[in-house]
Amino acid sequence: MSDLSEQGVGKPVRRKEDFRFITGNGHYTDDISRPHQTHGYFLRSPHAHAKIRSIDTKAVLAAPGVLAIFTGKDIAADKLGGLICGWTVHSKDGSAMKVGPHPVLALDTVRYVGDHVALVVAETHEEAKSAAELIEVDYEELPAIVSLADCEKPGAPQVHPEAPHNICFEWELGNKAETEAAFARATKVVKIDLVNNRLIPNAMEPRAAIGEYDKGTGGYTLHTTSQNPHVARLVLSAFVGVAPEHKLRVIAPDVGGGFGSKIFIYAEETACVWAAAKVGRPIKWTAERSESFMSDAHGRDHLSHAELALDANGKILGLRVKTIANLGAYLSTFSAAVPTYLYGTLLSGQYDIPAIYVEVDGVYTHTAPVDAYRGAGRPEATFLIERIVETAARETGLDPAEFRRRNFIRAFPHQTPVIMNYDAGNYDASLDKAMEIADVKGFAVRKAEAARRGKLRGLGYSTYIEACGIAPSAAVGSLGAGVGLWESAEVRVNPTGNVEVLTGSHSHGQGHETTFAQLVSSRLGIPIDQIEIVHGDTDKVQFGMGTYGSRSGAVGMSAIVKALDKVEAKAKKIAAHLMEAAVEDVVFQEGRFTVQGTDKSLAWAEVTLAAYTAHGFPSSEIEPGLKETSFYDPSNFTFPAGCHICEVEIDPETGVLDIANFVAVDDFGTIINPMIVEGQVHGGIAQGVGQALLELGVYDNDSGQLVTGSFMDYCMPRADNVPSFRLGFTKTECPSNPLGMKGCGEAGAIASPPAIINAITDALGIRDIEMPATPARIWKAIQSSRPRAAAE
Amino acid sequence: MYQFNYVRPKSLADAEALLAKADDPKLLAGGQTLIPTLKQRLAMPSDVIDIGSLKELAFIKVEGEAIMIGAGTKHFDVANSPDVKKHIPALAELAGMIGDPAVRHMGTIGGSIANNDPAADYPAACLALDAKIHTTKRLIAADEYFKGMFETALTDGEIIKEVTFPHPEKAAYMKFPNPASRYAMVGVFVAKGPWGVRVAVTGAGQNGVFRVKEMENALAKNWSPDAVASIKVPADGLLSDLHGSAEYRAHLVTVMAKRAVAAAG
Ligand SMILES: Cc1cc2nc3c(=O)[nH]c(=O)nc-3n(C[C@H](O)[C@H](O)[C@H](O)COP(=O)(O)OP(=O)(O)OC[C@H]3O[C@@H](n4cnc5c(N)ncnc54)[C@H](O)[C@@H]3O)c2cc1C
Repeated sequence: MSDLSEQGVGKPVRRKEDFRFITGNGHYTDDISRPHQTHGYFLRSPHAHAKIRSIDTKAVLAAPGVLAIFTGKDIAADKLGGLICGWTVHSKDGSAMKVGPHPVLALDTVRYVGDHVALVVAETHEEAKSAAELIEVDYEELPAIVSLADCEKPGAPQVHPEAPHNICFEWELGNKAETEAAFARATKVVKIDLVNNRLIPNAMEPRAAIGEYDKGTGGYTLHTTSQNPHVARLVLSAFVGVAPEHKLRVIAPDVGGGFGSKIFIYAEETACVWAAAKVGRPIKWTAERSESFMSDAHGRDHLSHAELALDANGKILGLRVKTIANLGAYLSTFSAAVPTYLYGTLLSGQYDIPAIYVEVDGVYTHTAPVDAYRGAGRPEATFLIERIVETAARETGLDPAEFRRRNFIRAFPHQTPVIMNYDAGNYDASLDKAMEIADVKGFAVRKAEAARRGKLRGLGYSTYIEACGIAPSAAVGSLGAGVGLWESAEVRVNPTGNVEVLTGSHSHGQGHETTFAQLVSSRLGIPIDQIEIVHGDTDKVQFGMGTYGSRSGAVGMSAIVKALDKVEAKAKKIAAHLMEAAVEDVVFQEGRFTVQGTDKSLAWAEVTLAAYTAHGFPSSEIEPGLKETSFYDPSNFTFPAGCHICEVEIDPETGVLDIANFVAVDDFGTIINPMIVEGQVHGGIAQGVGQALLELGVYDNDSGQLVTGSFMDYCMPRADNVPSFRLGFTKTECPSNPLGMKGCGEAGAIASPPAIINAITDALGIRDIEMPATPARIWKAIQSSRPRAAAE
Repeated sequence: MYQFNYVRPKSLADAEALLAKADDPKLLAGGQTLIPTLKQRLAMPSDVIDIGSLKELAFIKVEGEAIMIGAGTKHFDVANSPDVKKHIPALAELAGMIGDPAVRHMGTIGGSIANNDPAADYPAACLALDAKIHTTKRLIAADEYFKGMFETALTDGEIIKEVTFPHPEKAAYMKFPNPASRYAMVGVFVAKGPWGVRVAVTGAGQNGVFRVKEMENALAKNWSPDAVASIKVPADGLLSDLHGSAEYRAHLVTVMAKRAVAAAG
């Protein structure tokens, strides 16, 4: 008998799923082979912008192993719809965002390097790839625009005729007049210009799909690397029109990391499942890493100007922000929401800011689509507010911690001027704890000691807040979402007492099979190895919204709690019947049903068996069986918050930086499994370190080619790029969900970049440095600040 | 990959014969450069002649005042060879800094210098240590061997057999890795031996590895970090890319040279 007290909520249980992952027994899409499977290969645009005059495919069909070739014309002939953006954002003038069509395969124009031109289907991958070389595409090259700074200028090449000046939307949030008034009252205004660098996600498992069609039933099956298989099915069915929902099964088996990039419905899986019916055999496609670089949705990519109005005491009066956000060549599934409702709404940070006004231009460029990437909007907001707050502190001569404290929100609930209503938090607590762990008191001594060794040492803070648990369906609906953002769960109790939980959340690295089981174990008093978490198959699981935005705990687990409530209620009814007691007198504790005040009791498995034997149930009162479903719609976002402190040491001779110390103190509310949470924080900070110091997606301004198309040039963080993190936790429970959970999956990536950049600018005594702060950039910053320092 | 004939010769002589016979052959050693090139369809050889398992090319021998390293010797074996560690520790350290463990267990010295990537590490060692490259046709001094970016003195059908490194009195290699690829962005090998003082720079030059004569002269007079600390190489002719400008690379040449001299003692 396993010790249940070591398995429940709050325990660092080892991940159940890891055995199969680390022994090579996982079942990823590419591990799966379907009978008579063929292979698809996508011919992609070598140009950033070109008209397709013609495509000659004659030679292809004669090539060895080739079964079929499809172009945009074939898709159009079949009246298939294009790919969609599921969130409609409106401009200041009330007009809806300007959407350029997003065909599955390009029709007459290609709009970024890697855009999809044709699908070749052959017996093997190599044959498909070789045959694709025989396709003759007559391109008329057109000028391309990849620069965010220039894309709105008159005369810039146009990505879509539907969107003049490449502007998809000109969005605003907050109160302009109040903000202007705040600035008019200000004794000091701090201004900053920031670049939030473009990132390329690079999940370990590249995207993949197997589309198949069953002639007998008329049903389609799509295995795909998805974070939300039901959403994929809905889009493919209702918008693209591949097949009606009940004839389309989407399976997202083991998925090796997503970070947002596998939320979206892409051309490749769409084309594979559609073409499978034409070819009459399953079609598999697995991205090569270079395809991932080119065609996975990228992240971030903002240019911002921000201004902060202060009074004489360092109290923030107002914030105004103007941001240009790159959407890439086409809108991706959620791309319009990311730089607007997931960004502007977080610009108040942890601070009581009476007036905020933010404008965001969402713009098209001839680059890969940009969409949610770990943090999605909140890292951009946090970077902006934490950089300007740090700058304001320095420029008013206040200690950065003290400046923050003067502005912290301390009373909850707190309504910000930008939609969000913070429900709970204690920002002093996380700042205090982080300062203690980071030994901020000893920093001056360490800095002096480093100086003696010729090194520059700096300290940077980031007191962040983010919003998870997306989201109340009514709220997101009113803001333009085409979907509701509830979550579903079904708890199936088997006659022998073990349990299957069917969840609409999807696990692709988060460890749900363990954490969800811990929750059920605590509630039902059965060991976690008797609990199976089932997810990722639309034929098995009821409709669910999937995993992103750190929502699986706060929303997905809340749905499980609700379903468990119903299971418990029904089981009590059965137990009461069996023990001939009143249901009100039955208590369920640690896996036993007891009649209060008596020695009558029944074990969990006795009751579950009785649920299915159903002998002598008063059938008018108790139905046989024990299975309950819940759809849980949250009443608010959740607001994880905390403080990161980074200490860096820089070698001024080379610009090489060492993260001497990194402290993260987070308030995630209730924690189910501290080990997994720490892992999530570590991974998030590693990605934050990547953004701050290493990663940059670059397109060549003249040619529009992707310069950073491989790991030779795109610098992913490696183990030796990250320090040993020192973590701490504080806790205020989230009042809006039954578990008090907030979400931990993205906080690391959201909070860490500004802490790192604040530490670097502190070390160098400079105002700003662009991310990624590579040794070359740090060295250059030192060179250009030196003459100034010498002159002083 | 495109289709090709794969052959595994039993001896070096076999390999030479196969090379001479085939249309458009390519030698395969550790495959760490060639295989990715094939996978990306950037090369279309008719025949791939795999010399990777030829025992006669995998050796490390000490003869007199020199170490001979067979062309097929893996980076891992050079890094861990007691002989190399004893006589030219800088060379062992250099080999230990190439790529990652998987690369070091497959990649070979012959493949590295045949490829002559402008950011590869070995070319700096060859040049600074006045190495001799023995091929199936002749013996080539390092100074004559490296001809430019990915260019060498090798002619068609010529196979590298071994590289001879004379023992230096002092030597050290300082590598500043490219943050992404971890190849050398600037790598400076300094050495002093019977052949004089040499300073060879890899990673920085548009034409591959090069020597810095001014530093060599300064060090010949005064072997100390200070001797090179203020010698700058011109940024003209240096590589400039998103990882570092030519100016930055030029600056790093000085810093790495200074540190290398300090490390050499
Ligand atoms: C991830 C990664 C990281 C790397 N990092 C570094 C690094 O930090 N520093 C560095 O220097 N290198 C690095 N490399 C390159 C590595 O050192 C390669 O091993 C080396 O460049 C080629 O050696 P090979 O034995 O693999 O040759 P192959 O790939 O087999 O061949 C390379 C070329 O040399 C030719 N060739 C091979 N042997 C001979 C011979 N005996 N005579 C004539 N021609 C021959 C082949 O025909 C081919 O053209 C890295 C490689 C990878 C994949």
